[in-house]
Amino acid sequence: MSYQIPKFRHPQLPVNALGYTKADYEGSISTLCAGCGHDSISGSIVRACHELSIEPHKIAKLSGIGCSSKAPTYFLGKSHGFNSVHGRMPSVVTGAAMANRDLIYLGVSGDGDTASIGMGQFAHVARRNLNMVYIVMNNGCYGLTKGQDSATADEGSVSKKGDANMYSAIDLCATALQMGATFVARSFSGDKEQLVPLIKAAISHRGFALIDVVSPCVTFNNNPGSTKSYEFVREHAEATGTVDFVPMQKEITTAYEPGSSHEVTLHDGSSIHLYKMDEDLDPFDRTSALINMEKHRTAGDILTGLIYLNKDSRDLHDVMETTRRPLNTLTEDDLCPGNQMLKNINDSLR
Amino acid sequence: MKPTDIKDPEYFHKVVDCQYACPAHTPVPEYIRLIAAERYTEAYMINWHSNVFPGILGRTCDRPCEPACRRGRLQGDDEEPVAICRLKRVAADNKSDIRDQLPVIPKQKNGKRIALIGAGPASLTVARDLAPLGYIIDIYDNQFAGGGMMRSQIPSFRLPIEVLDEEVNYILDMGINTTFDIEVESLQEILDKGYDAVFVGTGAPRGKGLNLPGLEDAADKVHLGIDWLASVAFEHTHKIEEKVLVLGGGNTAMDCCRTSKRLGGDDVRVVVRSPFEDMKASPWEKEDAMHEGIPIYNNHVPKEFVVEEGELKGMHFEKVEARYDEDGKRSLVPTGEPLVFMEADVVLMAIGQENAFPWVERDLGIEFDKWDMPVVDPTTFQSTNEKVFFGGDAAFGPENVITAVAHGHQAAISIDLYCRGEAVSERPAPGVTLASQKMGVHEWSYDNAVEADPRYIVPLAPLDKSLADRKMEVELGFDPTTAFKEAERCLNCDVQTVFEEARCIECDACVDICPTDCITFTPNAEEEQLRVSLSAPASNLAQDLYVSHDLPTARVMVKDENVCLHCGLCAERCPTSAWDMQKFLYNVTKAGQ
Ligand SMILES: Cc1cc2nc3c(=O)[nH]c(=O)nc-3n(C[C@H](O)[C@H](O)[C@H](O)COP(=O)(O)OP(=O)(O)OC[C@H]3O[C@@H](n4cnc5c(N)ncnc54)[C@H](O)[C@@H]3O)c2cc1C
Ligand SMILES: Cc1ncc(C[n+]2csc(CCOP(=O)(O)OP(=O)(O)O)c2C)c(N)n1
Ligand code: SF4
Ligand code: SF4
Ligand code: SF4
Ligand SMILES: [Mg+2]
Repeated sequence: MSYQIPKFRHPQLPVNALGYTKADYEGSISTLCAGCGHDSISGSIVRACHELSIEPHKIAKLSGIGCSSKAPTYFLGKSHGFNSVHGRMPSVVTGAAMANRDLIYLGVSGDGDTASIGMGQFAHVARRNLNMVYIVMNNGCYGLTKGQDSATADEGSVSKKGDANMYSAIDLCATALQMGATFVARSFSGDKEQLVPLIKAAISHRGFALIDVVSPCVTFNNNPGSTKSYEFVREHAEATGTVDFVPMQKEITTAYEPGSSHEVTLHDGSSIHLYKMDEDLDPFDRTSALINMEKHRTAGDILTGLIYLNKDSRDLHDVMETTRRPLNTLTEDDLCPGNQMLKNINDSLR
Repeated sequence: MKPTDIKDPEYFHKVVDCQYACPAHTPVPEYIRLIAAERYTEAYMINWHSNVFPGILGRTCDRPCEPACRRGRLQGDDEEPVAICRLKRVAADNKSDIRDQLPVIPKQKNGKRIALIGAGPASLTVARDLAPLGYIIDIYDNQFAGGGMMRSQIPSFRLPIEVLDEEVNYILDMGINTTFDIEVESLQEILDKGYDAVFVGTGAPRGKGLNLPGLEDAADKVHLGIDWLASVAFEHTHKIEEKVLVLGGGNTAMDCCRTSKRLGGDDVRVVVRSPFEDMKASPWEKEDAMHEGIPIYNNHVPKEFVVEEGELKGMHFEKVEARYDEDGKRSLVPTGEPLVFMEADVVLMAIGQENAFPWVERDLGIEFDKWDMPVVDPTTFQSTNEKVFFGGDAAFGPENVITAVAHGHQAAISIDLYCRGEAVSERPAPGVTLASQKMGVHEWSYDNAVEADPRYIVPLAPLDKSLADRKMEVELGFDPTTAFKEAERCLNCDVQTVFEEARCIECDACVDICPTDCITFTPNAEEEQLRVSLSAPASNLAQDLYVSHDLPTARVMVKDENVCLHCGLCAERCPTSAWDMQKFLYNVTKAGQ
């Protein structure tokens, strides 16, 4: 068993605008099971952050409990990290984000961590439209505690033990939409071509961005009969369309057939192009998104890709009109405006 | 691209860069692992079977394996190849008595008689391969003992005589009949003795000279480098004048200058026409000479000997600079500066060697080409007289010991086939095995961790001591602890990543873990297209792409072999064992096997 990744990297690894290679965004060697989908998602996160040329110290990765919540150790080794309590990642991110709005918040959770013990926290962080990326590594089971069915396991899906799940599944994308999330997407750990641009777009989006990533648990839920196995997902994934992410100040080089694509400018100035889109889906309309999801669910497909985007998203800071500066940069003068000001406030209340 | 045929022994052979580059295809990583395990005798025997002279080569080999070593291709300018050659020496230095492991020589001979002309490494290798098969072998050489240029040319401070004697004698003790101190003056005479086959391993024994103005008057103070080295080796020459000019930039020049320094030369200089970087000498030979305080003057073309009153005073040189045309062809253009004078009491000319076959009659059916070289088949080493074979420096001009050995092995196969009445063109296939190294979940039988240590340096004897004694060996060799650390730098390139597509579930685990981005799952395409579209560019065209059959998603797995670390992480992370680490052992088949 290897305990370290060799120090050598490919001699011609591309460098980003900061002069960093992908290796600068890696973490420790993974201790997850060989073939776990979570590792692939880690790989996509590394690629997305490298390609976006984000300074690693500008990212905070936070998680709860589970194999998925362990994953942040295995990427972005030079970023801030907080491994919180089971299901409580959203409140820790909320606190952190309120205190320092300048960091990029990357929440990483599992389907157990989110849809069972953390369901309440998830609902509220979505409805508050906190500016964060929320990635669920969704394997339909509690991997860390040996594979019990989770709340996202589809009804009838068979786990390794051989029993079919008796309960209806929670669809995290649908829930998030209903709660008021402003960016909702679904993807598959085994499809980096789709997942990487989605992560980039989610990072560039201001507001709550959920990416529900189906991520097979090879050890407990990759058996025939499971609807979260590599094979099943590959056969049943239906993409809403293709997302092409164009970073800020980069020229658009891909040629799109006229009328075939939507261009969306995101808050940080970068843009996404949506093309080959499902004709029935209007990704800027919540109702259309919900109907489409439901349609695919009843057909037994897994709808992947960008499902919904609110172009006019106002995040929690906008809504609360909080200070534009991180709290740790506020000085005594900013915080104690003086006796006269206090007097004025008091007078206004009389 | 077509799926890679890993059943073709040459596919994985090529991945073992060092072994592939070695003319004798010594299984390098296999013996390096044995050295790390302190199993020196086994490591020695692996070498002995492949290259016949592990102790000699561990000190003197031209080491074509090292520039080829994968380690040198890894990221970073300071990453250097594994010290393969010097590890070989460790096996030789620390082995136990190996005589009981040498081939048994049959008492009952097979009735075939073979003559070997010259007792250099090429002929000795032929003898080594044929004697165990029952051949009666007669060696002829004009020196007093076997070894050829390893004895006459390679100075004792690089190769102690005991090491040479030991390994030469392992062969001569196989019941070889030796006729030393005899110049063979006619091949006809040899053939007339009724030999079943004759092997010519006479090397390239003639030194080239420079016929410059003043040479005649200076003649007794101007020597051909190789003749002078031989006279030192054979104890005819014990000292040299104070001011020595050595002309030439090859390894012979380096041996001449370093020997001069030990025989009383005080102001010893090497003067070479070409730029320093273009010199033929290996980088380490140049370093060793400079370490001994010998300056190298480059871009100086010798013009004339300066002789006053019948006495050599020095030489004139013209300064030049190298210019390269569009095709990279070099020309040395005079700079126009005045001629440079360098003082000299003696000049050693080390500007090259030539073959010479005055003793081979031209009516024996042996064809000679326009350069007066025998026409020799590069695979079988047979000449146009089917009975006569050539090898070593005699076949295609001066090379080195390991090339002579490789030729010797192949010539021995041909001679054996020929004597048995079989076609010499039917070459035996190499012996290959491929075996999983899996010992359990995530456990391998080899040390798969990749060490980051820089290359270790071989310690040297104190300079003042070694310059005072021409027989004192300069290099001390690695001690076992350092040898272990150096051995651990080896990446085990013979432990192959073997991919079985039927097991692959395309989970990407191998792609994600691979530290050097070797693996990509992608739609198939032509090689040119694939090379630029993989996760990391596959720009080293000398290294192959390993391509699988189609996978369920209609993609293929493509692995660029270029900088694979053989770390086994892909196989460790693979949930279905579609990747496995398998040891590939490639052995060149020897005569009679
Ligand atoms: C100064 C010098 C240093 C070198 N250093 C190295 C080194 O460090 N590493 C390395 O790998 N290579 C080195 N080489 C090259 C290496 O020595 C040769 O390539 C190698 O020895 C060739 O082997 P061979 O068997 O073909 O012939 P040789 O070793 O040349 O042996 C041929 C033998 O045949 C004898 N012979 C020739 N003609 C006749 C005749 N008519 N009758 C009887 N006997 C005859 C010769 O005297 C000699 O003994 C060096 C060469 C020189 C000149
Ligand atoms: C408060 C609390 N309750 C229960 C547990 C036990 N527990 C650990 S991980 C886990 C479920 C994790 O499932 P998920 O979030 O889907 O992660 P996965 O391992 O599947 O990636 C549970 C129930 C716990 N650690 N803490
Ligand atoms: S138990 Fe499942 S989720 Fe956890 S590491 Fe293993 S494969 Fe991944
Ligand atoms: S790393 Fe080891 S096996 Fe690989 S080429 Fe170098 S010496 Fe040979
Ligand atoms: S052994 Fe596997 S993981 Fe290691 S470098 Fe080679 S391909 Fe990559
Ligand atoms: Mg889970």
